[in-house]
Amino acid sequence: MDTLNPPLLSVPRPSTPAAPDLGRQLKIDVERLSFFYGAKRALEDISIRIQPNVVTAFIGPSGCGKSTFLRTLNRMNDIIAGARVEGQVLIDGHDIYGPGVDVVALRRKVGMVFQKSNPFPKSVFDNVAYGLRINRMVSSRSELAGRVEESLKQAAIWDEVKDRLQESALAMSGGQQQRLCIARTLAVRPDIILMDEPASALDPIATQRIEELIYNLKKTYTIVIVTHNMQQAARVSDHTAFFWLGRLVEYGRTETIFTAPSEKLTEDYLTGRFG
Amino acid sequence: MTSQRTVAARKVLSSLFVGACALSVIVALVPLAFILFFVVSQGFQSLTLDFFLNDPRPVGEAGGGMRNAIVGTLMLTGLAATIAVPIGVLSGVYLSEYRGTRFASVVRFAADTLNGVPSIVIGVFAYGVAVLPFKHFSALAGGLALGIMMIPIIARTTEELLLLVPNALREGALALGATRARAVATVIVPAALPGIITGIVLALARVAGETAPLLFTSFNNRFFSSSFTEPISSVTVQLFTYAISPYEDWHRQAWAGALVLVTIVLVCSVAARLATARLTQLREQ
Repeated sequence: MDTLNPPLLSVPRPSTPAAPDLGRQLKIDVERLSFFYGAKRALEDISIRIQPNVVTAFIGPSGCGKSTFLRTLNRMNDIIAGARVEGQVLIDGHDIYGPGVDVVALRRKVGMVFQKSNPFPKSVFDNVAYGLRINRMVSSRSELAGRVEESLKQAAIWDEVKDRLQESALAMSGGQQQRLCIARTLAVRPDIILMDEPASALDPIATQRIEELIYNLKKTYTIVIVTHNMQQAARVSDHTAFFWLGRLVEYGRTETIFTAPSEKLTEDYLTGRFG
Repeated sequence: MTSQRTVAARKVLSSLFVGACALSVIVALVPLAFILFFVVSQGFQSLTLDFFLNDPRPVGEAGGGMRNAIVGTLMLTGLAATIAVPIGVLSGVYLSEYRGTRFASVVRFAADTLNGVPSIVIGVFAYGVAVLPFKHFSALAGGLALGIMMIPIIARTTEELLLLVPNALREGALALGATRARAVATVIVPAALPGIITGIVLALARVAGETAPLLFTSFNNRFFSSSFTEPISSVTVQLFTYAISPYEDWHRQAWAGALVLVTIVLVCSVAARLATARLTQLREQ
């Protein structure tokens, strides 16, 4: 356990808090990132280092910038008019905002699951096959079917949908739709999966299934999850980052953040004094 | 005491207002009811199989129908759709994808203006570009006039329906590595397709009922024609010719033609309603 997640050192710099440096390959390395919606600065000087095969939770009150930050990691904010980024985001050592970066390839590598499940109005099969088809990732029909099945199994939804692959994805329950969206993301074999409050619209049982899924997926993927639900962060994540007013206040091992936070602000938030 | 009187007065005022509203609705619906009543009652008896299968007969000879006009209307609207659907749908995609840009607002304004141009003016334009140079009326000119009328309708409905597609679907596609063009072509347009088809059908219904732009473009033809380069008959122009004629027999055929037109528009509107309702459901999910 400790070899995977050694204690994180808290660096006493308020705007660039604790970042684990483990002398091993970092998956995501963000240096002094700021983000602007027009003239409004939504993120301020964020630096964070995320290792492979861990689950990192972003917590914080509404509007603190955690979702915005998540979306800078696969450049989903690019589609917002007037959005601007300063600083550096390295994924596997490559600056994703550098010149000549293929955003399409980046998004294939850094998959995303959204707050509201957003299956396409197509069949279950076509939803999962979508990314494989548009990226021409399979060469035969049987390979396609194999990858779809594999992805649905990974997302723990195969047994529920195997007999209704040709039915509309919209006919499924909310929890199933969300797991289908996860399967769709897994199908293109990303490295990193970003999840933006993936269970916030789901009932407790569906939420539990998503959480179990996250636990199983981290063997293969690096997962970053934004959540409003602090218990959820405590349950699923190895590391937790607390955001407040566009700044990263504290970042460290989840147990440490939840039991002995070093910042007063973190403690106040976790004990429900605000937010 | 005074407060009770105020309440009573308020109630009277309220009922008066509701009454006035209800009356206005009835007044507004009366013409529609009358049109439907007369068209159905007058047209129905003349609506025989002969009406659909025969061409017009000379005056005085009994029978005859509007086969040539029905085929003509189908050809004219088909031609109009061929011109207007690609241009209209692609413009609609542009308007919704680049809705914030200056050029898009100019296009939108132009489309709305074109939509408001009296149809006879569009007829004059088509006369100028497609009749005068060739020195004779043709189905092509008529189809062009109707097509020009359809473009703004299709462009604007397409735009509005594409905007109804939840943004989450676009993000979902982009997050899977789709380019913007691919996301539009494979997710957004298919999601709005029932609505877009509805818009096209409504535009067709609208131009199928046009007379003015055809008067000096496709003109009219007493005989059956399937040539695009010859003048051609249409239900509306035929209806106009028959309605102002002094012959009782032609009047009856005009009523039947009116019934056919009204039925087409009604069926299209109902189909449009149903399809749009489905799209709205999708959005709310």
